[in-house]
Amino acid sequence: MSINIDIEFTLNGRRVQANVPADMSALALLRDKLGMTGTKLACGEGECGACTILMDGESVNACLMYAVDCQGRDILTIEGLRTEEVLHDIQQAFVDHGAIQCGFCTPGMILQTKYLLDSHSSMTPDDLKRGLESNVCRCTGYKKIFDAISDVATDKA
Amino acid sequence: MEPIKKTSIIGQRVPKPDGPDKATGRTIYINDMVLPMMLYGKILHAGRPHARIKSIDVSRAEALPGVHVVLTADDIPELRFGVNHDNVPLKGGKVRCVRDEVAAVAAESEEICDQALALIEVDYEDLPGLFDPAEALLEGAPAVHDEKPDNKSLAYQFDHGDLDAAEAESDVILDHVFNVHYVAHCCMGTGCVLADFNPSGKLTIYSQTQYPYNFKMDLAPALGIHPGDIRVIQPPVGGAFGSKLDVYPFEPICALLAKAARRPVKLMFSREEEFVNAPTRQPVRINLRLGAKADGTLTFREADCLLNNGAYTSWGPTTPSVMMRTFTSHYRVPTVKCRFQSAYTNNPYAGSFRGYGNVQATYATAIQMDMLAEKLGMNLLELSLKNAQKSGEVSPQGSRLDDLAFIECLEVAAQKTDFLARTDANAEARQKPGRIKRGIGLASSIHNAGGARIHKSDGCGTILKLDDFARCTVITGASEIGQGFDAVLCQIISEELGIPVADITMKNDDSAIGPWDVGVHASRTTFIAGNSAQRAARAAREQILDAASKRVNATVDNLDLRQGWVVQVHNDEPLIKLDKLLRDMHFQKEPELVMTTDYYEPSSEPEDRHHVGDISAAYSHAVHVAEVEVDTETGEVKVTKVTSVQDVGRVINELGLEAQIEGGIVMGLGYALSEELRIVEGQVTNPSFRDYKVPTAPEIPELDLHFIETDCKTGPMGAKGIAELPTIVIAPAVANAVYNAIGIRFMDPPLTPEKVARALWDQQSDKAAMS
Repeated sequence: MSINIDIEFTLNGRRVQANVPADMSALALLRDKLGMTGTKLACGEGECGACTILMDGESVNACLMYAVDCQGRDILTIEGLRTEEVLHDIQQAFVDHGAIQCGFCTPGMILQTKYLLDSHSSMTPDDLKRGLESNVCRCTGYKKIFDAISDVATDKA
Repeated sequence: MEPIKKTSIIGQRVPKPDGPDKATGRTIYINDMVLPMMLYGKILHAGRPHARIKSIDVSRAEALPGVHVVLTADDIPELRFGVNHDNVPLKGGKVRCVRDEVAAVAAESEEICDQALALIEVDYEDLPGLFDPAEALLEGAPAVHDEKPDNKSLAYQFDHGDLDAAEAESDVILDHVFNVHYVAHCCMGTGCVLADFNPSGKLTIYSQTQYPYNFKMDLAPALGIHPGDIRVIQPPVGGAFGSKLDVYPFEPICALLAKAARRPVKLMFSREEEFVNAPTRQPVRINLRLGAKADGTLTFREADCLLNNGAYTSWGPTTPSVMMRTFTSHYRVPTVKCRFQSAYTNNPYAGSFRGYGNVQATYATAIQMDMLAEKLGMNLLELSLKNAQKSGEVSPQGSRLDDLAFIECLEVAAQKTDFLARTDANAEARQKPGRIKRGIGLASSIHNAGGARIHKSDGCGTILKLDDFARCTVITGASEIGQGFDAVLCQIISEELGIPVADITMKNDDSAIGPWDVGVHASRTTFIAGNSAQRAARAAREQILDAASKRVNATVDNLDLRQGWVVQVHNDEPLIKLDKLLRDMHFQKEPELVMTTDYYEPSSEPEDRHHVGDISAAYSHAVHVAEVEVDTETGEVKVTKVTSVQDVGRVINELGLEAQIEGGIVMGLGYALSEELRIVEGQVTNPSFRDYKVPTAPEIPELDLHFIETDCKTGPMGAKGIAELPTIVIAPAVANAVYNAIGIRFMDPPLTPEKVARALWDQQSDKAAMS
């Protein structure tokens, strides 16, 4: 039997408390305990980026992180990105530019985009491509994703 | 009221209606689903390619708290399923490949399932494995299935014309062997199924299937129940690409667990399980011969193909049915001979995968055309134009090739890329020193673009209704797996009924509600389901205009539906609001609701026993030009630009069309350059995204897309099916470009840095030995 630990952290702007097994992943906590199924399980070994979340603004693979390491952190999942009635600019750009097909990679891809745009004042197309290397998409061929991000980045500049 | 002019939504860039839900994490995929009372299922796979099961002891697993059911072959009747009726859900007696399912558990959590699997003791006696299909066909080879002592699985043959005469009139005959490899679909959502039996013995199965209606027919034999007692629900899936066009053992196993547990059971693969157990693309050894006259006119093509069937038969070994179409109709070939033999081995087995056989065949035909051009001292464009079919021709297998634009595709591709001049310049530069060599390569292919009649019907049904507020619900048999048919369907309905896309809801996830459809495959959904939707919408339109003409002083011919209004055509004057008219029609003495149905059957015909028949209602071509840089020190091939020219019939949704072509090209780039499921002595040795390299963002070349609109007579709004050609054509274009850069042919994709570097070293040592 594994030991359970009490944790408290901020999830999408709200304080949450949870009692989690020491060996539970942050991904399992989010998906199975807190119902945040927008964060996807696709490889479970940090290779595909479908479980990308932002922790204190940094992009991390929730599948590689322990749930207990959420303690005291500020976690953003795809469900928390939209703070108003309308979609967040990045979400809207992904929709408008056809960057979503099956959509399984989309939450991770959008949060990785937010991380890249928030942490870099400007990015060349090559920077952007390198910044997305962590996230696999099997449907779009990435072109429409680049289009969406360029659109948001241009608006931001 | 202001006049309402006629506008059209066809050809516009319409985002997928499910985009906002997917962008906000609201979409509940099958992998996310949880039902009340639900248990989790897991399978114990053999993990060895060939062995006798001496004994299985499940007692410790059964005793583990939280375990509800443990099943082995002993617990269930031996019920066969599959394309060749050679598969069973759980294997007893013998295992024939690493995937073989020897036991399954249902428990209260996945963790308990894993613990239970670890407690199952299987005593195996390993047997020698058979991995090479050529060895499997040798006299005296051990049998993979006792009832198939010669290890022969499916075989196909086709003959057209007099081969001896064609050889005699040939000035040049090429003879090459191509070996195309195993690749994995790599759907982002791993394999998942959720099964639930009710007390009357009826099964509800939540499935990733791409063919919900025939899925029932194929699943029922594995469970010993009536297909009519199966209801298929299709929640959103994380991709499919052909991988879900058959029943695979995990599906009946999950249903059997649910039946035994009398509770819903969900079974989901880990990524490693997915790599090992999901179907692959069919690998093939293709011996291809091509004859031509000195002026470049093709005289014959002969293909002799050997397929590694693996241990069981899914759709992979049926890919000859499509490869044959490529061999007989990729360019005008007057005489053709094809032989295909699939042999059982102890390898994992292949299913269908986007491009279905044509990816394999075109890799060979398109490279061999480039080789023929060189042999004849012609340029590839001239050779291609000389042998390109024109509208009205009929292929040796009876494909009636109408509304073609093969020549236009070739000309546009060459012109946009300055192909001829750059081919020569690169070939010249090849001789000069320099680490980076540049190359340009062209490839083309043909594919069915109006469905593919491989079942008794290739049709699709639609049920359409308009409510009192002029909101439309369209129930289509067609499946949506991310490809974007939802937007296309809404556009077609919007065009016919003059209502906004946002007022149209597609319902297509429940076999108890939807009308029949073959499934999402063969680039058929826009064409077949689009035609059906258009016909259902036209019937609704006629009913509405008829009712309107009785209420206003106008003939039906002078009325149109635009922007939610009935409009008078000659002066664009809005007459009645559509929702008001619909309520008037509804709430009258003899109520008239707008509810229409349609079942569209395309004009195609099945193949006869000689494989002759016009199997699709339309055909289409694509031409790709790839530009590459080869690093002669590392062997790395970088694709810098792809120019794609495709006959799309007519653009319905420009955004979705681009997305399908871009995604298809990139999937094909993976096939060409980096992806290979390495199977060594029956074992998958690279079952992770770390070791199996799918394309990622930094590798994406510039993509320059051009659409040729042929306005296909049989297509909805003139459109053709488009989604497979991009994956089919790109790999040989890359291989031809690499040849242009370094003068080396690769008959065995993928062109990994290791393979290219080794070939360059061999080339250097050959040169050194010569000098």
